[in-house]
Amino acid sequence: MKLKQVSIFLENKEGHLLTVIKLLGDNDINIRSINIAENKDFGIVRLILNDSRKALEVLGANGITAKITEIIAVEIDDKPGSLANILEIFHEHKINMEYMYGFIQRYSQKALVVFRVDDINNAIKVLSDNNINVINEKNIDIL
Amino acid sequence: MIWNEKIELLSRDGLKKIQTNSLKKMLKVLYSNSSFYKKKIDEKGIKISEIKTIDDIGKLPFTDKDDIRDNYPFGLFNSPLEEIREIHVSSGTTGHPTVVGYTDDDLQLWSEVMARALCCAGANKGDMIQVSYGYGLFTGGLGLHYGATKMGLTILPMSSGQTKRQLQLMQDFKPKILACTPSYALFLADEAKKMGIDPSKSSWEIGVFGAEPWSKNMRDKIEKMLGLTATDIYGLSEIIGPGVAQECTYKDGLHIFSDVFYPEILDIATGEAVKDGEYGELVITTLNKTGMPLLRYKTRDIVKMTTEICKCGRIMPRISKVKGRTDDMIIVRGINVFPSQIEHVLLNMDETHPHYQIIVTREDNGLDNIEVLVEIKQELFSDEIKVMEVLSSKIKNNIQANLGVGVKVRLVEPATLERSEGKSVRVIDKRTL
Repeated sequence: MKLKQVSIFLENKEGHLLTVIKLLGDNDINIRSINIAENKDFGIVRLILNDSRKALEVLGANGITAKITEIIAVEIDDKPGSLANILEIFHEHKINMEYMYGFIQRYSQKALVVFRVDDINNAIKVLSDNNINVINEKNIDIL
Repeated sequence: MIWNEKIELLSRDGLKKIQTNSLKKMLKVLYSNSSFYKKKIDEKGIKISEIKTIDDIGKLPFTDKDDIRDNYPFGLFNSPLEEIREIHVSSGTTGHPTVVGYTDDDLQLWSEVMARALCCAGANKGDMIQVSYGYGLFTGGLGLHYGATKMGLTILPMSSGQTKRQLQLMQDFKPKILACTPSYALFLADEAKKMGIDPSKSSWEIGVFGAEPWSKNMRDKIEKMLGLTATDIYGLSEIIGPGVAQECTYKDGLHIFSDVFYPEILDIATGEAVKDGEYGELVITTLNKTGMPLLRYKTRDIVKMTTEICKCGRIMPRISKVKGRTDDMIIVRGINVFPSQIEHVLLNMDETHPHYQIIVTREDNGLDNIEVLVEIKQELFSDEIKVMEVLSSKIKNNIQANLGVGVKVRLVEPATLERSEGKSVRVIDKRTL
């Protein structure tokens, strides 16, 4: 149920993101989702990819600092109040969230939200207990 | 024990008399013998008869490393080549290597000051010394060797390298003194562990470590790891090699043998003498050398000096550990900043590599800014901005506390900072001054 996110350290330099994204494309690695967090000096690019291990190898070989982070992706109804529902569950169970971002999937009417939390195992448990669909790796491949 | 009580415990006035006489004698020889120094002294517009006491030394011209290089190989020798008994060469990063020549008298002088240094470090006659400085063109090995011979120590002339053998013979022969570079001392400790030897139980009780700058932290680490008293020795081949100054067992500054190597500490910007205890460039005059005497040689080493009498009783003034080099120093908002200070901070943080670059810029309003680029460690990279920002501000606070001047810290990707021939380019000064 845990998904792998590839996080990349990028200095704010012209053309830097392009280099990285192109590198992935040239190696047949497909991007499922992308999110960028930045401050004025550097950015952290967070990617969900079809082949995280290969991506890490390719990036490493090109001297790019990257690591794999475990995250969860949750399928929620595309309607008002559904994200609040999830956050409420986290709040109740004192699961601390480091960051989150959403992405749209093509084949269903639902939305996907990625969460990076402090206690991932507990998060998966409480979400499942509340009948929330946590995406597993197989699902992400057919997205 | 004090090797030469007559000199090392001599009153200041007595010392001054010796320095004055030696300087006058030196000037007479240089002026009549050395076309290089005759020209320098004439150009300075001074007559050597105007030098009445050692306190007049400030009127005389300087010598620097370029003078030695420009006169490669033997141009600054002041004795006929057949009277030069030994030649040492140190490689430079740019231009010609630095060549120095020793007459018989110079070798005697070297033995004398090195014997003083070894005694100062706590050696006693009959102790065994493991000399693990390189023997050869480098002055380290032979300098220690001559001093140990003069003092009457039992010498194990290991030279550098052969680490396993060094450790083996240490265990079998139980030498009391280890002489090497501080970094090699640490390496020996690490290798000992790998061989299953507990380095803290080594036979070494005294370390005579030098030939590279090292910090107090490094001393603590070496003393703990090797279970010895680590003393600092200072020297440079231009002056004589090791044996210019040495710490006594109180480890509170290095006694500089000023009866033969006259020290001045000069303000880097003005060239004027600084007050006792203030940092400046160490400038040395070799009062007694005959092979290659040097007048007011600019060492480029930044130290401070105190004339307070040491607990050990020696009158010789004490210089501090080398704080930095004049060629590396940058002045920002009136504060002297040495890359070594930043390196020191980064080395003391587990989170960082000592890979950094300093960029100095000047804003339109005239204010100078220092930006320190620090390479992050792959294993410490976090996907959370917050964690990275905490790291960055921790580095910033540590550097600011050490430098006493505000800096900006920017984390950069590993292995991206410019390196030229393996050596990092530490400072980029973009100011147009």
